[in-house]
Amino acid sequence: MQESTANQVAANATSSFTEHLQRDRPELLPFSRSLQGVASTAAPVQVPHATTIVAMSYGGGVLMAGDRRATMGNVIASRHIEKVFPADHFSVLGIAGTAGIAIDLTRLFQVELEHYEKIEGTQLSLEGKANRLGAMIRGNLPLALQGLAVVPLFAGFDISAGIGRLFSYDVTGGRYEEHEHHTVGSGSVFARGALKKLWRPNLTAEQALSVAVESLYDAADDDSATGGPDTVRQLWPVVYTVDRTGARRVPEAELAAASRAVIEARTIAGREA
Amino acid sequence: MTQQFYVSPEQLMKDRADFARKGIARGRSVVVISCADGIALVAENPSPSLHKIGEIYDKIAFAAVGKYNEFESLRQAGVRYADVRGYSYDREDVTARGLASVYAQSLGAVFTAEQKPFEVELAVAEVGPTQAQDHLYRLTFDGSIADEHSFVVMGGQAEKVSSAIEAGWQASLGFADAVRLALKGLTPVQEGEQPAAALPPSALEVAVLDRGSETSRGTRRAFRRLNDADITALLA
Repeated sequence: MQESTANQVAANATSSFTEHLQRDRPELLPFSRSLQGVASTAAPVQVPHATTIVAMSYGGGVLMAGDRRATMGNVIASRHIEKVFPADHFSVLGIAGTAGIAIDLTRLFQVELEHYEKIEGTQLSLEGKANRLGAMIRGNLPLALQGLAVVPLFAGFDISAGIGRLFSYDVTGGRYEEHEHHTVGSGSVFARGALKKLWRPNLTAEQALSVAVESLYDAADDDSATGGPDTVRQLWPVVYTVDRTGARRVPEAELAAASRAVIEARTIAGREA
Repeated sequence: MTQQFYVSPEQLMKDRADFARKGIARGRSVVVISCADGIALVAENPSPSLHKIGEIYDKIAFAAVGKYNEFESLRQAGVRYADVRGYSYDREDVTARGLASVYAQSLGAVFTAEQKPFEVELAVAEVGPTQAQDHLYRLTFDGSIADEHSFVVMGGQAEKVSSAIEAGWQASLGFADAVRLALKGLTPVQEGEQPAAALPPSALEVAVLDRGSETSRGTRRAFRRLNDADITALLA
């Protein structure tokens, strides 16, 4: 009798917000609903999709940048969407794929990390955070198979190792550590090509910023679902850097300067590519 | 078969209340002070890891006295309540009032329905844009709830500590003065001889809710735990 009570208490003790929701409020999870009613032969639902994210390491940290476009088929669903978010004080994540689910998943992940910190009184390790995100992506697998996939990119500063680290994921929740740089989303192929030529070891934060902006520019050049810097509406990519002191959103003024510099250099060169 | 003796409801409740009061009176005191810089929470607690003060949400903190296992389960329940609420509605919609009322209901239910009442006393504090908009709620073992405006003192020597703090409290205090005032209340007065030595930082647990943490620290989360070095620096 006593032992079963102890077991019960132990089984109920969780520091995970997701586990708590799964047990008590499953309807609140972004991936709880299955689309059983929808015939699987029907065309995939038309929903906004978030596109290109680039991330790279630089001397002293990691940087993540995302363009501002969401598309629905051949229509631009949003020019203002933000796809890179701070996950907690020392990590950021960017999302590509079905925007509605991805944004909810991000919110859940943010609460998950904060919840753990409050319950346990200490931060999760960077590996622990990366694993939790993988588990959430795996939870979304049934929806991913019906065309509503979410693919994140996760970057953070590993306090114990003293370095910035990058993690990519596949739709099954597989987690892969990336070195140097990585990209996800529809424009990722073009952005990666640009990064291969532009990225160098031990970039400064300023150099990394201009490399990120330029690789997104290249992605937007060739991928219709990626938005380039918009000088008319004053829209620039969203960029976060994470270093020993924590995550920091790069201010609009710096982004405007970096974007204008890339546009100007390309205009002066006046070449096809 | 044993015969159950009749116990009047008045006697039953009184016995339970006495039992809970005795348990709480054994513990050391906790002080929560609302001041100009925000809300300071000060506890006499020699353990660096078993906390009596905790963060619940962006602007809300929790402080407790009594049995650790009981208030720790209440603290975790509070964090879950706040996180679920903030996740399903919005972060703004999590209020100390809502949390305090959930705590009052749970404490009340345990007091009447369970084998033994919780031997705890809680304070829920929410920092507002100005001192006048701060909320302090004090919850007792039977689920009674009281709304305080300036400070809350709980625990063994509550009345003595409370009168010391009442004498020195002003809305314009900074964190340093508020913590000093709390320490003055917590330090036991010795008869006759010179005043007792102040409590060392290692015997204290201090946390604050910063007013305007968005501008000063760039975060919504106002809760900040002070370590021994921070406490020494603050009081220097």
